[in-house]
Amino acid sequence: MQSQLPLYPESASNFAPDVDGLMLFIVAVCIFFAVAISVAVVYFFFRYKRKNADDIGVPIHGDMRLEITWIVLPFFLLMAMFGWGAVIYVDYRHTPADTLDVYVIGKQWMWKLEQPNGRREINELHVPVNRNVRLVMASEDVIHDFAVPAFRVKMDVVPGHYNSMWFRPTKTGRYHFFCSQYCGTSHAIMGGWVTVMEPDEYAAWLAGTSGTSDPVALGAKLYNDLACGTCHTPDGKGRGPSYNGVYGSKVKLADGSTVVADDAYIRESILQPNAKIVAGFQPVMPSFQGLVSEDQILALTAYIKAQKDQPVPGKPAAGEPATGKK
Amino acid sequence: MHRTGELFGQYRTLEQQKETASLGMWIFLVQEILFFGGIFLAYTINRHSYPTAFGIAGNMLSLPLGAANTVVLIASSFTMAMSVWSAQTSRKALVTISLIATLLLGGVFLGVKVKEYKDKFDHHLIPGHGFDITYCSRNPAACHLEGKELSNEVEEIESGIKAEGGETALNAHAQLYFSLYFGMTGLHALHMIIGAGLLLWLILESRKGRYDANYNTPVENVGLYWHFVDIVWIFLFPLLYLINRHLV
Amino acid sequence: MSGTQTSTGGEFKLPREHYLNATYGIRSWLLTTDHKRIALLYLASVTFFFFVGGIFATLIRIHLLTPAGYLVTPETYNKLFTMHGVAMIFFFLIPSIPAVLGNFLIPIMVGAKDLAFPKINLLSWYIYLVGGSFVLYSFATGGLDTGWTFYTPLSSIYSNSAVTPAVIGIFINGFSSILTGLNFLVTVHTMRAPGMTWFRLPLFVWAHYATSLIMILGTPVIAITLLLAGLERMFHFGFFNPAYGGDPILFQHLFWFYSHPAVYIMILPAMGVISEIIPTFVRKPIFGYSFIAASSIGIAVIGFIVWAHHMFLTGEATYAAIAFSFLSYLVAIPSAVKVFNWTSTLYKGSISWDTPMLYALGFIGLFTIGGLTGLFLACLGLDIHLHDTYFVIAHFHYIMVGGAVMGYVGGLHFWWPKITGRLYPEFLARAAAIILFVGFNLTFFPQFILGGLGMPRRYHNYPPEFQVLNVMSTAGASILAIGYLLPMIYLTWSMRYGKIAGPNPWPSTGLEWKTDSPPLTENFHETPVVDWEPYDFVHRPDLGLSGAKAPGKLAPAHGDD
Repeated sequence: MQSQLPLYPESASNFAPDVDGLMLFIVAVCIFFAVAISVAVVYFFFRYKRKNADDIGVPIHGDMRLEITWIVLPFFLLMAMFGWGAVIYVDYRHTPADTLDVYVIGKQWMWKLEQPNGRREINELHVPVNRNVRLVMASEDVIHDFAVPAFRVKMDVVPGHYNSMWFRPTKTGRYHFFCSQYCGTSHAIMGGWVTVMEPDEYAAWLAGTSGTSDPVALGAKLYNDLACGTCHTPDGKGRGPSYNGVYGSKVKLADGSTVVADDAYIRESILQPNAKIVAGFQPVMPSFQGLVSEDQILALTAYIKAQKDQPVPGKPAAGEPATGKK
Repeated sequence: MHRTGELFGQYRTLEQQKETASLGMWIFLVQEILFFGGIFLAYTINRHSYPTAFGIAGNMLSLPLGAANTVVLIASSFTMAMSVWSAQTSRKALVTISLIATLLLGGVFLGVKVKEYKDKFDHHLIPGHGFDITYCSRNPAACHLEGKELSNEVEEIESGIKAEGGETALNAHAQLYFSLYFGMTGLHALHMIIGAGLLLWLILESRKGRYDANYNTPVENVGLYWHFVDIVWIFLFPLLYLINRHLV
Repeated sequence: MSGTQTSTGGEFKLPREHYLNATYGIRSWLLTTDHKRIALLYLASVTFFFFVGGIFATLIRIHLLTPAGYLVTPETYNKLFTMHGVAMIFFFLIPSIPAVLGNFLIPIMVGAKDLAFPKINLLSWYIYLVGGSFVLYSFATGGLDTGWTFYTPLSSIYSNSAVTPAVIGIFINGFSSILTGLNFLVTVHTMRAPGMTWFRLPLFVWAHYATSLIMILGTPVIAITLLLAGLERMFHFGFFNPAYGGDPILFQHLFWFYSHPAVYIMILPAMGVISEIIPTFVRKPIFGYSFIAASSIGIAVIGFIVWAHHMFLTGEATYAAIAFSFLSYLVAIPSAVKVFNWTSTLYKGSISWDTPMLYALGFIGLFTIGGLTGLFLACLGLDIHLHDTYFVIAHFHYIMVGGAVMGYVGGLHFWWPKITGRLYPEFLARAAAIILFVGFNLTFFPQFILGGLGMPRRYHNYPPEFQVLNVMSTAGASILAIGYLLPMIYLTWSMRYGKIAGPNPWPSTGLEWKTDSPPLTENFHETPVVDWEPYDFVHRPDLGLSGAKAPGKLAPAHGDD
């Protein structure tokens, strides 16, 4: 729909058909009520126009049955909208396991995006068609918001938080993305294009990487530079837990609870190491707040993620003290 | 200026006038609860997020001064209640005396508060660029710390740095505590100052013998306000001074 | 009774003495405690802020004519929409109906000589002026570019504009609102005339009662929130700053805890106005009195527990989002009940096409669209697509301008004869009402489509495919501007040259119409005693209408409900 006067955006993701179906339903309900009320008002307006200056109307004070009808009936319609909307929302928030992860950093006033292989883009995003894509987003300054109308997706990017969203593009092409949360002077130009490509084109584009660094390699370098290995030895016998295979696994904490080691967990463990202590370890790690940038955290995360096919030696069985203790 | 117990133009009866005034005061106090509610909520959430830093920062407050102030305020509530009672029973001289006592106690409270603020200033605990939670442990002389107290303090800070994962983090979160401390106690002190102004006005009026069993609405309403401000402190004291306290 | 105001052969004379000529001189206005004069002081000051906000709006619409936006720089554009929002919301919409019409009418409607606390009433006007001055100072010295929502950390750390005076101004202004609400609540509780029972209160008073509850329970929270944000900016307190361990999301929670109910501060009084206009011009009792009254309270109460629907995309917990979506749908029901009852009131009425009635019908239409489009935004699945787009802009303008401002202007027309004692030129007024309705729809309906297309709000430039709709919107805005200027001109003109109205020109049933136009300083010659039910035209021979029965036998309180 590339006319001068488009009325609705293109549908280019898995969410678009669901959202549009719901949109159609609510539009239909709304038009029904808007038309019904307008017709009634206009009809009464002419039908009961005052004939003589001193006429009065028929004194009708109310009707219980009518009141109940127009409380109960709309209630059910509203609940239908609510339920349908909630089902779709849960789908939005339930990220599938097999996503292609793209890291997104918002800063005044540009988007920095990074492909899994480390290829970086600014205000451009390339993704393959029909593949689940997850955007993991952080902000360096104020609140931003990553919005792709053609995909019907949008998520705030909040400093101090990791927000993520996912989608599956279903149509190749180029689509606008916008910063949707007001973020200061050049808010309006903080946008760009999402390019959805055929998988082989995407692979070729990705391979055309030149001059960009591999985040895993960068993460490995940081791992050495920051001397993470002093404590986090690969064998799990150091003062800190090993991260071999930790990404995506369930981690048992000192307080007895478990968490999934996802991006947010790893980020938190770097910035606020003592928020969640792995069972069997002491809270001895210093915070790296201010020492590593969001970019570098992403690189470290990528590195940790890459160490997944090795087993975790010395991983404590449930209820037993960790071998890496002390 | 109206005379004692006069009926204002917009009311039909004295009863109506009195009912109106006290309903107005109660609604005003409901509004005050919401006003303080926002900052209490901010405190609760942050206390939950950073218990260690908040515990350490809370230990920096002076328990004796805080406790003394609590006693002073409770005493002032008592004298305030006395003045309401004596107005209602037409003991005109006692009204003035109790009001003066309340004002004096309020003054003592504010004086102690000034002393506390000054200490915080000297100890580099004012939020901003100079904020340093470790100042006292590093400059014990400036904070009059010695012996057991000093070693406790040093140990406390060290454990805090460890627990929070670095001095930067501890400082940031402790600063959050002191932001809330100054925000909450400052707001409370502002209410005390307004209350002191109201008391001063009541004292001047009551010396003319205005308040008796027939007409005492102003005393009653200022009394309600004063009690409310006391109750806020009754919440502030344990929240700021007592939770997680292990150093005196 | 109408006292000194007499009709001689159909021509009325102004009463010999009334609140406008009781005393003279600037002091008698600036130090007045008469609620009617304070209402006029508010009328002048909110009109000023409406002008200020309107000029910003005009510049915004002209700027958006072209995709590249040549008129002003991005910095200026950001300041324009921020100052438009701040001026309109905090200094026009929130005080408009309560402080002008509510102030003037509530004491008269309940049969009192004044509000419960006249001096506090004057104080709240001065507080408004002080708050307003701070905000104007901020506008004049560098402006404000944070958006009216003041989201941290943009407002607390990153913005280079004059945020501090603006925040102080809004903080101060909050107390004006609180004191007004307090005054209304106490007045309704304690100042009612003999016979004025709760269920004889005009629905305008019920609506203001609900509004006052929100003012008292919500405003202190925004006051403390903006104070905290200001402290963070001035003294580096870290409440909302992630660098110090604070959380910007906490600001949003506190902000919306007030600012969502604030929408109801704007719309509930307008609903009250409409509930007065409709029975008067249909000449029959309002349909479902108790349901309309209860729905006002319902809106106020439920309105307090829906705030986080502004935050579905901040990463809030899925279950929290679901709960807030559910509650947001619940608040739709009392609003719908009102619309259905107003529409039913028209049935078998004797409808006149006077100007206030045109505004009331316009209100029903625009509010219905505004309310229905709210259903899109309360819906979790759709909000993701529509959030922060022009759809939201169109939705809340339909509520705030199409609803609240239409109610305000309609109410001004309805009570203008009471306020000034004179009538406005009817033909011009009807024309203006129709121009406003058409202009409004042309301005804001295209924005729904823009939002559906995904055009984000607060953009000083936009992709070229959005241009046609933007041009339509700007064209509509020029018509809308004429619709606002016209009433300002002829209402001002009528203050001096309008036809004398007489005590009850429509006629209407409320207590305010049983006294002179304009009323005495004390409102009534003697304390009124209410012995009729609200909106009852049948048992009111004093109105001089046909079909009226002798008084004495009262109609049932509100029919068979």
